[in-house]
Amino acid sequence: MRFVLNGNGVSLDVSGSRRLLDVLREDLRLTGTKEGCGEGECGACSVLIDGEVVNSCLVAVGQIDGCSVVTVEGLALPGGKLSPLQQAFIERGAAQCGICTPGMLLAAHALLEQNPRPSEDEVRVGLAGNLCRCTGYTKIFDAVLACRR
Amino acid sequence: MPEVTYLQPRDVADAVRLCRDTPDAKPLAGGTDLMVMLHAGTVRPRAVVNLWSLSELKGIRHVDGALEIGAAEPYTGIIGSALVGEHCPALVAASRTIGAAQIQNRGTLGGNLANASPAGDTLPVLLAADAVVVTDRRAIPVADFFWGYRKTALGPGELIVAVRFPAAARGVRFRKVGTRAAQAISKVVVAVSREPARVALGSVAEVPLRARSAEAALRRGDVEGAVAALASDIRPIDDVRSTAEYRMTVAQNVLRDLLDASPRR
Repeated sequence: MRFVLNGNGVSLDVSGSRRLLDVLREDLRLTGTKEGCGEGECGACSVLIDGEVVNSCLVAVGQIDGCSVVTVEGLALPGGKLSPLQQAFIERGAAQCGICTPGMLLAAHALLEQNPRPSEDEVRVGLAGNLCRCTGYTKIFDAVLACRR
Repeated sequence: MPEVTYLQPRDVADAVRLCRDTPDAKPLAGGTDLMVMLHAGTVRPRAVVNLWSLSELKGIRHVDGALEIGAAEPYTGIIGSALVGEHCPALVAASRTIGAAQIQNRGTLGGNLANASPAGDTLPVLLAADAVVVTDRRAIPVADFFWGYRKTALGPGELIVAVRFPAAARGVRFRKVGTRAAQAISKVVVAVSREPARVALGSVAEVPLRARSAEAALRRGDVEGAVAALASDIRPIDDVRSTAEYRMTVAQNVLRDLLDASPRR
């Protein structure tokens, strides 16, 4: 199977029924994508498939044949400079333990791509599939709102 | 976990053939239920047949005056559809309560039906709207679709292709009661319509069901009678999400609320 991962073509020979999450972390060594609940409840394993945010624990890797996948490793700008959203997370203190952060960044990135000027309510709804047990969410919402265009 | 063979059909006919000819194969669409069960080992098929990429199962269209939604069209597509908003706004409302963006991007009506969870959020709406399940071989009214706890009318290898709404269902009203707005599995789901008289509920029995005695009272225009009759129609239980007593009280209160707010014709 072939797909595009963070802008680069990938060709893999793996069982199509394995979880995308496991193939990313174990075969491709991209450990930025985290496993939280493994049941589609927490959003820690969020990635983008063709621009849409999904839980990679619920995707069979065969289903991404021919698709474009973006993980947290693919969010930085060329040259490794952090994206404005990543920079805002740092500046606003939007991360504590960090486990939810990659998923939060991808969900927020997808939201801002679809809706460049979300209201606070729209940010809350857009990130409702991502649980954080540390921050109380306020600083995460602040960081996303700071990136409205 | 033993390896599960992944099969990619070319089209729906091919998928039907694969499901029929492969022993112990399960169709896989958005994976929001099946991938959890596969990983936990609570279902152990020998193969999965991927339906997600089949364009015949996607899309929302008018067919002979009826609204038809592809079985593998994700909830995000339903939420954004002007056709569904016009024909059955309660289905849009129900779809918005499912999980959050990640689940709405992958969850499907076909999956909700095939999985047949008593707590499936859209299922009471489909019941109240007199929807029809279209499979590769026949059309089954949703009211005849649920046979028991997670048991459906589907035969071996039978695939859900679409869900059809023969008549506009603009009068259907919906409410889900859960612990929080997002990512909650329901404690009680209610969908009602005044005309025709329909009362449908989820999470209050082993299947999503029509409350027939409540509907009979409603046909006489007797709202309080319908609320009282509901007690004999549903069979709520105590479980991790709620109690039988809470579910009964809330189901009755929500039914009264929705009927009071529903247009009378």
